[in-house]
Formats: sequence, C-alpha cells, structure tokens
Amino acid sequence: MNPVATPFFFYFLSAMALISGVLVITRKNPVHSAIALIFTLLSLAGLYLMLYAPFVAGVQIILYAGGIMVLFLFVIMLVSVSRVERESQFNKQWLVGIAATAALGVLFILVYAKGKSVFPERTVQLPEQLNTQQVAVWLYGTYMLPFEIASLLLLVAIVGAVVMAKKRI
Amino acid sequence: MVPITTLHYLVVAAALFVLGTIGVLTRRNVVIILMSIELILNAVNLNLVAFSRLYGLHGQVFAVFVITDAAAEAAVGLGILIAFFRNKETVNMDEVDLLKW
Repeated sequence: MNPVATPFFFYFLSAMALISGVLVITRKNPVHSAIALIFTLLSLAGLYLMLYAPFVAGVQIILYAGGIMVLFLFVIMLVSVSRVERESQFNKQWLVGIAATAALGVLFILVYAKGKSVFPERTVQLPEQLNTQQVAVWLYGTYMLPFEIASLLLLVAIVGAVVMAKKRI
Repeated sequence: MVPITTLHYLVVAAALFVLGTIGVLTRRNVVIILMSIELILNAVNLNLVAFSRLYGLHGQVFAVFVITDAAAEAAVGLGILIAFFRNKETVNMDEVDLLKW
C-alpha cells in the first residue's frame, strides 16, 4: 500500500505537535495548556499511523487524549486558584534552564547527524492489517513478565493515588 | 521533495523532548510541570515507534509499556498535588519547601 502525500502530512503533523507543545509550556491558564496538549497527542497519533503503528495510535487516542487528559482537567478544576494567574508563571532559574536545555538539544542533533550512518538501510515491512495481532503475540509471549509487572504497577498506582488524595487514612 | 526518513522523526522527537524539559525546568505551576513530563514521555514514544520501523515490533510493544507508566505517573503525581494543595493552598513548585532547611 502506497501512502499518499507523506511528506506533506509529516510536516503538517509535526508542525502541529511542536506548536501545540510550545503553547503547553507558555500558556498562563492550565486549561489552555491541557487543550494544547490534547492537540499534541492527537497529531502524534497521526504520526504513529504514518509509521505503520495503528495499535499504538489507537491506544494513544483512547488512553492519553481520553483518559489521562480527563484526569488532568479534573485536577485543574479541583486546585485552580484565581490568584495564580496574576503572579509570575516562570521561576527564577528560567534563563539557566533554557540555556542548559538548548545545549541538550544541540547535543541530540549532533548525535543524530553523526550516528545516522549506523541505522539499517532497509525498513522492516510491517503489514498494518496484522499489527494489533502481532503486538498481542509479542505482549503475551516474549513480554509476558513485563506485562504482568505493568499490571502490578497500575495496581500500586491506584492504591497510591487513593491514599494520597484521601483526607484521613 | 525529500523522502521522510527515520532521522526526521528523531528530530521531531528531540524537539518535543527539549520543549518538555524547558517546561519542567522553568514553569512554577505543578499541573503544567506534570503536562511537560507527559510531553517528554511522548517524545520517547515517538522515538520508539520510529525505530520499530527499522528493527521490528519491539519498539511498539515498549511504547505501550511507556503509556502504562505515564498513566500511573499521572495518577500518583496528581494525587500528591491534591494532598499538597489541601495543606498549603498553592500549586506553585517553588513553595514546596517542607523538606528544605
């Protein structure tokens, strides 16, 4: 199957993801940040589809954009204080933070530019019709133990969240 | 037009990672710091899925695990935030100084 207009969709979705990412970290109102984050997550789901990973794209939309963002919005409603919007949104070390992070980004780009020759030339053929089935085979076969540990982690997280948010234990 | 290679996806993921790190290091609002951590985890996921085109499905399986971790982290982090807000009536990161002396 030949995808249509791949470069255009790639640049469109990446631009949407990055612009919404900038909005996430610059908006004053946390609700606006949350909405921008939803746009980032949806455009990343589109990028996963372009990479022949429909299962991960579906999980991204259902779990991230559907589940985690609702959790975030609920907590924003619970803890929102109107005086927060009037005071400064950035802390005192913002300049040092941005400089250090820019250096990190330059390091990433340098490593990728130097190291791209070690990537394999050919891409693996991943048939998207069988993607969910194959992910399930890996998940319940080779990755059985990590899968069970992930379920234990979720149980611990649920208990921890309830204990944390309770008034009196 | 230049065909889209794995390197393109890696650059986008690096930019998202840098954005998330800037958010964690510079913002004061704890909710937005947690959202920036989600941005970082998403950048990692994009890397994993991009490499799964070169090395097989392992990357996609691991991306599912990372999404699980993100859900657990968001639940616990927001629970801590609610407990903190109940005690100090603020959501600012630099006022979390109970353990400092």
